[in-house]
Amino acid sequence: MESFLQQLINGISLGSIYALVALGYTMVYGVLRLINFAHGDVYMLGAYFGFYLSRVIQGRTPSHLLDAAAVMLLSMLGCAVCGLAMERFAYRPVRKASRLTMLIIAIGLSLLIENASQLIFGANPKFFPQLIPETHIQLGGLMLTNQQVIVLLTAVTLMVLLNLFIYRSRTGKAMRAVSFNLDAAKLMGIDTDRIIALTFALGSALAAAGGILVSINIPGIDPLMGVMTGLKAFVAAVLGGIGNIFGAVLGGLILGLAEVMVAGYGSSTYRDAIAFLILIVILLFKPSGLLGKGQVEKV
Amino acid sequence: MLNTGKTSFPVHPLTLLTACLLAMAPALTGCNKKADAPASNEILIGHYGSLTGATATFGQSAQMGIEMAVDAINASGGVLGKQLKLLVEDDQGKPEEAQTVATKLINKDRVVALLGEIASSNSLAAAPVAQSNRIPMISPGSTNPKVTQVGDYIFRVCFIDPFQGLVMAKFATNTLKLKNVAVLRDIKSDYSVGLANFFVENFAKLGGTVVTDISYSAGDKDFTAQLTAIKAKHPDGIFIPGYYTEVGLIALQARKLGITVTLMGGDGWDSSDLWKIGGAALNGCYYSNHYSVDDPNPILRKFVADFKERHKNTADTIPDAMAALGYDAALILADAMKRANSTQPDSVRMALAQTKGFMGVTGSISLDEHRDAIKPAVVLEVKVDDKGNGRNVFKETVSP
Repeated sequence: MESFLQQLINGISLGSIYALVALGYTMVYGVLRLINFAHGDVYMLGAYFGFYLSRVIQGRTPSHLLDAAAVMLLSMLGCAVCGLAMERFAYRPVRKASRLTMLIIAIGLSLLIENASQLIFGANPKFFPQLIPETHIQLGGLMLTNQQVIVLLTAVTLMVLLNLFIYRSRTGKAMRAVSFNLDAAKLMGIDTDRIIALTFALGSALAAAGGILVSINIPGIDPLMGVMTGLKAFVAAVLGGIGNIFGAVLGGLILGLAEVMVAGYGSSTYRDAIAFLILIVILLFKPSGLLGKGQVEKV
Repeated sequence: MLNTGKTSFPVHPLTLLTACLLAMAPALTGCNKKADAPASNEILIGHYGSLTGATATFGQSAQMGIEMAVDAINASGGVLGKQLKLLVEDDQGKPEEAQTVATKLINKDRVVALLGEIASSNSLAAAPVAQSNRIPMISPGSTNPKVTQVGDYIFRVCFIDPFQGLVMAKFATNTLKLKNVAVLRDIKSDYSVGLANFFVENFAKLGGTVVTDISYSAGDKDFTAQLTAIKAKHPDGIFIPGYYTEVGLIALQARKLGITVTLMGGDGWDSSDLWKIGGAALNGCYYSNHYSVDDPNPILRKFVADFKERHKNTADTIPDAMAALGYDAALILADAMKRANSTQPDSVRMALAQTKGFMGVTGSISLDEHRDAIKPAVVLEVKVDDKGNGRNVFKETVSP
């Protein structure tokens, strides 16, 4: 039982990171109907920004938590700028072209970032500095560290904030309008270019947060760390119903739990295989994802 | 488009033919050169290794050792009156890249012998290339038995995993008095799977119980699921025959989950990056290795001193086992060329096969009929301070 609860916590920690990254996929898909394959690499960039920032920041603020917060916020800002640049220079020029063109650009951009990062940061793994000194928290037979708790709380806080922003603010409303119908939103006087740019910035900042949070718990970072996480977050987004914010969170948690339970109780060799099998099964029965609405495609 | 003609076949056939001939020309002259034997004053040898990637310190260390040996040989007059010239290629720690760069070194650069790799999966990918081109290959540190089974051109200067697995099984049973051990292996690595099997087999023979035997995949970052499953079995030790990047992360996560038992591993742990990543989580853990930097053997003391002198302005002042093995591999190759009195790959191969009692820095090296070295192994204890500065403390030597 203890071991099961521990696995549950492991799964939720892992799933909350997938959820943060999946949010970026789903938001961009919502406004542009584009799978931004470079999103996983933004997650990696976030971790690297954090790595270099913490060298400068660590020890400069009164407490470890402030150190970590400053590193995370600045890195989120850095990635938001990257997201804006990506949208402005890679996607906006081809927005009127066929959707396939954008998709190919996304794949190309992803490869470009991965390989440029190997050149710039070096292809060797780097070790993320310990921003928050580790203390153990014992809950019955359960073992937690303060880092895990902080990571989980931060992930949940970010998701709640995002939700408030999208459903309670004017800009969030505009974002939903753009996602509902781009042309109609434009006719209603919404500056759609600005909203789309903002969506990229927001999604990229969340991915950066994911990258930092993962690195606090698991300090090994490398230029290809975004490939598998990006792919799994994409799966999580599709699983939950792409374009749906709650779906991304739900998908992330399901995927994280599935992976951990398979590795913990089944065979860790089939960890990824079974996680993806779940995706296939769910999509067979509900092609639009768990929370996705079935849409009639206009031809 | 260069050709603006509207014909469906825009390139003239003669142009194509000329292009083909031009493309073939270097290949043809290349063949001729080989047949004539180069008149140059250099002997080309190749090293392929993981200079970047998840096992980067293996390739970098081996390269440092090989360079040092080549410089020493050249300074003392070279081999057969010629200077050795070392060409190095990075395989990024990937088997498919290892195969590509080994092919390049053999077919394009025309090296007479190959040195590499450390990771067994990479050696296994490149060995068939060396074998089919009849170029001798010496692996400095691949311990999986299958590597030299590829063919009679493949050699190694290190011990093999059946022995290493026995060493750690004996150490766990006799020295650490462990009864119930969990095994966590890297399912993607030939080295890890092989070593785990040999450990399990020997540990059971010695009366121990393997309480659980589970796996991860190289490149994984999150091992909490496996470690939680291991914790539930209450082992008194965990054997992790992986490479240092993953082992460091596993050690960290194990301590986070409250697993305090001893972790053990093999020579794949030998890297200064292990300390950087795992830090204090690795204190009191043990692994088997090819040599200890504290060994009083005078050949080794000289090697360690020379290495320090050579790298005094860098961070790498203490040679790890891969550097020492790289050094020995290059020396044994030069020795075989001298004994063969030739650099013809086939003569070098026959001389290599007869290597007996070569005094290297990792001990006396004799190659058996399987082209594997018969050598003792050492067990080291990892000690890391809070700042990530680590060192390995010699525990014991086990002879075959």
